[in-house]
Amino acid sequence: MPGVELAAIDEVFRGDSGKAIATLIRLFGDIDLAEEAVQDAFVVATEKWPDEGLPPNPAGWIVTTARNRAIDRLRRESGREDRHVRAIELQIQSEPDPVGGPVIDDRLRLIFTCCHPALDPSARVALTLRLLGGLQTGEIARAFLTSESAMAQRLVRAKRKIRAANIPYRVPNDADLPERLDSVLTVVYLIYNEGYAASSGDELVRSDLCGEAIRLARLLRALMPDEPEVIGLLALLLLTESRRTARTDDDGSLVMLSDQDRGLWDRDLIGEGQTLVRAGLRRNRPGPFQVQAAIAAVHSDAHDAGETDWGQIVQLYDTLLTLAPTPVVALNRAVAVAELEGPSQALTLLDDLELDRYHLYHATRAELLRRMGDMEAADLAYERAISMAGNDVERRFLEQRRVIAPTQDG
Amino acid sequence: MTQYMMSVYDGEGVQDLPEDQIAQVYADVDVFNQELRDAGKWVFGGGLHPAETATVVDMSGEEITITDGPYAETKEHIGGFWIIEAADLDEALDWAGKATRACQGAVEVRPFQDEPET
Repeated sequence: MPGVELAAIDEVFRGDSGKAIATLIRLFGDIDLAEEAVQDAFVVATEKWPDEGLPPNPAGWIVTTARNRAIDRLRRESGREDRHVRAIELQIQSEPDPVGGPVIDDRLRLIFTCCHPALDPSARVALTLRLLGGLQTGEIARAFLTSESAMAQRLVRAKRKIRAANIPYRVPNDADLPERLDSVLTVVYLIYNEGYAASSGDELVRSDLCGEAIRLARLLRALMPDEPEVIGLLALLLLTESRRTARTDDDGSLVMLSDQDRGLWDRDLIGEGQTLVRAGLRRNRPGPFQVQAAIAAVHSDAHDAGETDWGQIVQLYDTLLTLAPTPVVALNRAVAVAELEGPSQALTLLDDLELDRYHLYHATRAELLRRMGDMEAADLAYERAISMAGNDVERRFLEQRRVIAPTQDG
Repeated sequence: MTQYMMSVYDGEGVQDLPEDQIAQVYADVDVFNQELRDAGKWVFGGGLHPAETATVVDMSGEEITITDGPYAETKEHIGGFWIIEAADLDEALDWAGKATRACQGAVEVRPFQDEPET
């Protein structure tokens, strides 16, 4: 076999470095050492593989090489064959060979460590991307529109706390699991959202984040197949992802769900998402992600916007409100009510919400007022929404909506 | 095993409670302390007199100065603390959960540095 391209090695890195780091952390109990050793192993790979070709099991090769490098590093640091190094060597000898061995559980442990509630929420996201997603610090910084040094600082601080406070490296016990799993799912969801939210950031890095979030959700699904909210999260991400190409037009402007070319929706992702929604519902333990996925599934059932079963969507929002009683959920429910009962009913619902500082609240009000023909009030609401919008794409979208003619239907 | 300090802060906290509630807090903390001891996690613990009884001794200048009052210029000072022994942060946080219920105040959990190996 001829040599391999560096791009292929990059791909192995993205796919397998998380696995390797997770295993090394379990063996050595030291995140920095694990990261450095895995990095070392990939450096060796970029030297060897271009000539020698891929080994039969690249992931296993990386783990074995990284582990030997880590032992070398420890020996160099301690300057002798100390007990600590020998103990680790003994443990490794009693392990099954990583080639083909089940290393998957290590990643589950690691994601619970990365998403521990004792860590700052933004650090949870960054650590998960760094350690499980194999993203470089600079890539994470660009995705979150912050400087590389600030991101590096955030990662260093989180890793130091994990070590100093002895944050455990294991799957939480049953009593703590629901809450802790929530934190993990939220992190994966945030990673996806960060990639999905239209923004002036680097488009390539952003779609990468979506891909990474889906990869993590798939991993969780494989590791915890019976958790309905894990199924719900994966379904939600797949159904959202299915609309990615349809939600912006050629010049990058946002296209509303009702105006999207549904022929562009990815039917495979929809099929997989809908199957998962049903699989989740059968377990009869509803949760916020499952219900949001169910709402997305109802949308994806309709071949054009007019076919949408708004009655079912309002019902699902009722359920979601009992599970997650937040004003943002109530706002989304009101949008569905507008379709079912007309804009004036929805507008009454908005009056009770305390979302004055949320641009989509004003955008929704503007849209409803416009549909009722109250152009003056609509214009004011658009103005507020535009002044609060988080990025250029959304701002441009709202400016376009602001100037189109009224469509009185209420 | 890691040792953790669990600190409780006096703000406008316990002292403002009616007397029967203060008695309840003392009783609950006694029960909690016993639970820590029975589990073998207790290292040390106790309540402190108010911060106004504190004295600061400082040699950051040329010579030692002695000043009346607490060091930190804040309204909230440590009112008491426990030092516990726990397997990891999760276990420490479980104990802290019981502690905050017993003392009816926020509990800060902070790890001790490892002692150098002997």
